Amino acid sequence: MSAKTLNLTLRVWRQKKPEAAGQFVTYKIDKISPDSSFLEMMDLLNEQLIEQGDEPVAFDHDCREGICGMCSMTINGVPHGKNRLQTTCQLHMRSFSDGDTITIEPFRAKPFPVMRDLVVDRTPLDSIIQSGGYITQRVGSAEDANAVPISKTIADKAMDAAACIGCGACVAVCPNASAMLFTSAKMSQLNMLPQGKPEKDRRALHMVQAMDDNGFGNCTNIGECEAACPVGISLDFIAMMNRDYAVAKVKKIFSGAA
Amino acid sequence: MKLDSKIPEGPLAQKWTNAKFNYKLVNPANKRRYSVIVVGSGLAGGAAAATLGELGYNVKCFCYQDSPRRAHSIAAQGGINAAKNYQNDGDSIFRLFYDTIKGGDFRSREANVYRLAEVSVDIIDQCVASGVPFAREYGGMLANRSFGGAQVSRTFYARGQTGQQLLLGAYQSLSRQIALGQVKMYNRHEMLDVVKVDGVAKGIITRNMVTGKIDRWAADVVVLATGGYSTVYFLSTNAAGCNVTAAWRAHKRGAGFANPCFTQIHPTCIPQEGEHQSKLTLMSESLRNDGRVWVPKKAEDCAKNPNDIPEDARDYFLERKYPSFGNLAPRDISSRAAKEVCDEGRGVGAAIAGVRRGVYLDFADSIKRLGKNVIAERYGNLFDMYENITGENAYERPMRIYPAPHYTMGGLWVDYNLMTTVPGLFAAGEANYSDHGANRLGASALMQGLADGYFVLPYTISNYLATIPLGQAGKIDPNGPDFEEAENNVRSMTDKMMSIKGKTSPRSVHIELGKIMWDNCGMARSKESLTDAIARIGQLRERFWNDVCIPGEADNINIELERAGRVADHLEFAELMCYDALDRDESCGGHFRLEHQTEDGEAVRHDDQYGHVSVWEFNGVGKAPVKHIEPLEYENVQLGVRSYK
Repeated sequence: MSAKTLNLTLRVWRQKKPEAAGQFVTYKIDKISPDSSFLEMMDLLNEQLIEQGDEPVAFDHDCREGICGMCSMTINGVPHGKNRLQTTCQLHMRSFSDGDTITIEPFRAKPFPVMRDLVVDRTPLDSIIQSGGYITQRVGSAEDANAVPISKTIADKAMDAAACIGCGACVAVCPNASAMLFTSAKMSQLNMLPQGKPEKDRRALHMVQAMDDNGFGNCTNIGECEAACPVGISLDFIAMMNRDYAVAKVKKIFSGAA
Repeated sequence: MKLDSKIPEGPLAQKWTNAKFNYKLVNPANKRRYSVIVVGSGLAGGAAAATLGELGYNVKCFCYQDSPRRAHSIAAQGGINAAKNYQNDGDSIFRLFYDTIKGGDFRSREANVYRLAEVSVDIIDQCVASGVPFAREYGGMLANRSFGGAQVSRTFYARGQTGQQLLLGAYQSLSRQIALGQVKMYNRHEMLDVVKVDGVAKGIITRNMVTGKIDRWAADVVVLATGGYSTVYFLSTNAAGCNVTAAWRAHKRGAGFANPCFTQIHPTCIPQEGEHQSKLTLMSESLRNDGRVWVPKKAEDCAKNPNDIPEDARDYFLERKYPSFGNLAPRDISSRAAKEVCDEGRGVGAAIAGVRRGVYLDFADSIKRLGKNVIAERYGNLFDMYENITGENAYERPMRIYPAPHYTMGGLWVDYNLMTTVPGLFAAGEANYSDHGANRLGASALMQGLADGYFVLPYTISNYLATIPLGQAGKIDPNGPDFEEAENNVRSMTDKMMSIKGKTSPRSVHIELGKIMWDNCGMARSKESLTDAIARIGQLRERFWNDVCIPGEADNINIELERAGRVADHLEFAELMCYDALDRDESCGGHFRLEHQTEDGEAVRHDDQYGHVSVWEFNGVGKAPVKHIEPLEYENVQLGVRSYK
């Protein structure tokens, strides 16, 4: 609704192929409405580039309502930009001022190679879920949904963890490229619920192993991940994961199980 | 085109049981010899791929996003219906069935809808067992909320993120099957054609969206779970990548398209702010449980701060017009009522092209009654999202909402077994037309997606595969002439688009198409508007094919090439939508023909002439499609005028 528009300078990471060298390219873009979303501003940049005969900037996005986790981008050095609790698609141009220079890069992390421009490969996060981020249960075998009461406290806490959108900002912001916040959110959700208990130890051991196997680093309690997380996943889950992992490891040493 | 609905014998409540008993089975040891392709990884596709993999079939699953967890089912907010009757408020399978049939304005197939209501109870059990953290009460039991078009509380939810939690549940089951090697997942692959061998679907052609490689994939059966087509309006609540391509290209290969004009315009979305906009954002219908919808009584109050408008100067138009359902009137009815008051000049918010298109959704009374904390607990994430987008705080100032294209009830025609008119080609979830008639009730899309994926397809696909002799299972040759022809078809379309090198961007064509469709085939349609649209779509299509500009190469990530292919399909599909809307000379659910309304603006159906499913056969680009009819027979419900007054 604001009448004033913004004229901006964008420094955008351009990289044609995964193996190609990348570089920043500077573009000017004018008359951006403060009510535009950041991605709408990128759409307009691309329209401008096409008109000039250049190739548009490739970037990932889909739902544009902050839930699918597909949009990425590091904006002025921060994954999803400086606003807290926001994905790139929910960031709006009213957070910027006329005349600003904005630096736009892909999510930077060793396990997330750049595929083109701002597009990175985040499939290692899928691999972590595949290693144990599920409950083994056959369709058709479930008992009545109210047969096992779950206290509201546990259900709410599990939902807090389950809110993770799998965007990978936690990895991109971490100096160690650790996926502990992501992994712990899924592990804690499932380990907390009665339905997830039978596989608790197995899950803890396998998911931690998968983090290592996929090249993610360790957690050194910096806490940047929590600050960058667009949905506010708490560091407490990392503590829960460490505890579940320790218990599972000890049990394994003494019984050989899991 | 032969339409055999294959509705099973027996009384309504016995049909699914009878069908399951009569279905042929595949021996457990032989299942691994059969191969299945699932396109799409949302609730229907993800659940189907996981479940078919779990049964032992060899499954390949494809999605255009970077991970199956991104499918747009994830964005559903409010909840999922199930006839559990945990609230002891009079719900039953028959009531859910009846509400869905009535909500759909009597344009869906009884047997399918009954089956949906029947398996709804199993879905909740399944989801809880797979770790979905539904909302619970202090005693540990599942909580429910109510939703539009129903007078019982049967909606299960996980804050305002129900779709996310259900999708992640299915995605986790899918992930397990991927790890076990039962499902092979192909991310960033877009399906561009269906391959038929001797008239039977036996594979697909895809484009690898990273390398541009065109691949052939063969299988014994193909499932399309590729969602709806609301992006034909450009501005919609759908994800930017949602498209009609898979369904449309299947249609061009002979799959009948049913009721394409049945589109749902959702009443509670954030109004458009300006021309720059790329999508519209939904605010869950569940907000209408605690929010009251109003506009000023007088047009001169519209620009005022809403908090300064006194109670007696407000028109709570839904409560006034529909006293028994009030703010929970069904979606089509609420949307039209909002349009009506804005057309009268009583809308609020920014004016676009001279008209304010917005109504207030006010939580002040609920906050007074329940406290801000309760409202924040129920809808906190939605209020945050609203503030992100509009910069306004809805705890202090009423939200502004306006209807937006959301869900599409039409889709590929399927029989009771969810098979299209192409043998071996199945369609599930929003991609098919089967369960919602002319209007879908809230919290029923998640129900249908999971019903199809977890509980229907695993039976019906097995039944289909059992008809393929074991000796032929998994032995389709992807080097055969039909595969070659389909691949060449895809290649020539890509080459043609790339070679035009004109001046018009695919996005600008899409925006223009969206405007034509919204103005002429949106919330209100008429013979004139639809005829006009058909002419203009043809011209726009011509311009696209003469002047589209796609920079870059086809053998790399090329976002404009992806977009152009989808826009090209929308340019053909939009025409079909208009033909269908023109042909259906009645008002019904989401399809409102200005020629057919009562004095106070309610829809007038013509059951005698249009009590059927319109199924369209492709007849060439730019040519009028051929209509076929599946009559709808109602044995268990009385057709009535839908009244929510």
